[in-house]
Amino acid sequence: MDKINKIATELLATGKVQIIIGYAEGSKGRIRPFFARNEKECEKLIFDERCVQNLAVYLYKEETSRRGQQAIVANISTLRGIIRLTTEKQIKEDDLIAIIASDKEQPFEAHTFEDIENYLSNQTFQLNESDKTLLEQLNAMTPSERRTFWQNEMENCIRCYACRQACPLCYCSQCVVEVNQPQWIPATANRTGNTEWHIMRAMHLAGRCVECGQCGKVCPENIPIHLLPIRLAEEMKILYGSTTGISKDENCEMSTYKHEDTENFIG
Amino acid sequence: METKLLRKESHSEWIERLLDNQEVYGVVSQNKRISYQRITSPEELVKDFIIPDMSAKSFVFPSIENLFAFIKRKDEINIENINLDTIPNKVIIGVRPCDAVGIKKLGSIFGWSPEDCFFSKRIEKTTIIAYACNKADDYCFCTSIGGSPGTTQGSDILFTQVNTGDYIAEIITTKGESAVSVAPELFEEITTDLQKEKYLANVPIRFDDTHLEERINKSFDTLIFDEYAMRCIGCNICAFVCPVCACFDIQDENRGNKGYRLRCWDSCGNKLFTLHTSGHNPRHTQGMRWRQRLMHKFSYMPKRIQVKGCVGCGRCSRYCPVDMNISEQLTSIVS
Repeated sequence: MDKINKIATELLATGKVQIIIGYAEGSKGRIRPFFARNEKECEKLIFDERCVQNLAVYLYKEETSRRGQQAIVANISTLRGIIRLTTEKQIKEDDLIAIIASDKEQPFEAHTFEDIENYLSNQTFQLNESDKTLLEQLNAMTPSERRTFWQNEMENCIRCYACRQACPLCYCSQCVVEVNQPQWIPATANRTGNTEWHIMRAMHLAGRCVECGQCGKVCPENIPIHLLPIRLAEEMKILYGSTTGISKDENCEMSTYKHEDTENFIG
Repeated sequence: METKLLRKESHSEWIERLLDNQEVYGVVSQNKRISYQRITSPEELVKDFIIPDMSAKSFVFPSIENLFAFIKRKDEINIENINLDTIPNKVIIGVRPCDAVGIKKLGSIFGWSPEDCFFSKRIEKTTIIAYACNKADDYCFCTSIGGSPGTTQGSDILFTQVNTGDYIAEIITTKGESAVSVAPELFEEITTDLQKEKYLANVPIRFDDTHLEERINKSFDTLIFDEYAMRCIGCNICAFVCPVCACFDIQDENRGNKGYRLRCWDSCGNKLFTLHTSGHNPRHTQGMRWRQRLMHKFSYMPKRIQVKGCVGCGRCSRYCPVDMNISEQLTSIVS
């Protein structure tokens, strides 16, 4: 897509940014994240239907952010990640330019968050068919069937934490699973330890998950682990009517205390 | 070493005889996963696969090893050793030659002074029945790193299936002989001229590793690792799927006053790797951690124990979520 290269080259040439986070051809027909810092590198930037990774995860990494002002080639998932990271004050509003890309229309620059919010307000967020089917199946199960399903899946988890590392919202400088004095979550990769870990992660993402499904995409064991936070996102819609990652002024329902909270859920 | 012929009709029968005596593991396919699992019948084995998702290393170096148990009482802590004699005999069927080489290389690591009693006991109890690869994919690069799809290194028996469906059986060790001894009558003398090389997968040489150690040492202070690892997200997949990665972390896990000291797989990709108590980390960027991964495999290990820390199975690249491709980086280092 020549337009992306043109936008990127111009942004670098005018000195507005020093690095463009985007996608390039990888090995054996795969796509890889790519970081363009000069005109020649901009030629490698591409965007097509394979570019599904949520690149927002790179925005706060020292390896990329230390190289100066950043622009990012952003699909819908990445944009929602950017919005949420801004809400949670992990990136600054004026720190970034998004090159909004989709396989339907020409890429364009978004310099303000209003631009991103406007763009997102015209989009529909839909799960892919296989996720939708599996989620429907899970919803239709009895609690004990669901428990069996997840426990069987949990047995395969090898605790590589790729789910956490791939997630833009998993930015804690020290993850609770790595605290061992005292140890909150067993380190052992078995059913119990793995279940505790994934429940903890899903609960921490409740109301924060931008539904990109990246955690499930990277799982080397093909565990549909993304369906846990995505299911909780549905719950948040029911409880609070909120969708995450569409407006920088959105609420942080699960981490905000208000005096008038009814607390009736405590029973 | 002896070479015999196992007819395709006899293959299942031999496995059934093995199952009479001990725990047998094999490569099975389940929910899109290809893995080494305990089997109860030869029917469960998957025949058409390139490589299991995870290597066979967990048989000899499990992701969690209980090193000892502890019980805290009022004034004292009692330590109990693990009874290694409870580790059962296991036969693993369908191991890929690269995984068998991986286990042999782990032997060089864990056998390096002082010898590791857990690893030694497990390897003593494990019989590795490998099957030569008759196909490979674009990620395989064993031939670039001194391996071959038909190498017998690390295997107790190596089977190579020929065009008739029969197997050439190379019986390499006494453990291999004892696996054959459950049904010796099924293993026939080879009477025709069978060349196993004819039936092996073609794995192209992707780079010349002759000067790899020297070149990678020279690259230490360059920016190539930083550049390549900008996209690395620091997960542990590459190390966990690697048949040779042997770094571990020690953790205690307890319930009430009883617990275990555990040896858990670790990964140099993780940002906590070698983090000091002071908060200082000598490898504080992803590029430094990626450099450590490559230096350890292709410089430090060859220097210390005369083996490369890689078998060319390609798993790290196959499963990397951000397409970090080790043979691509090694190719650029040697050229």
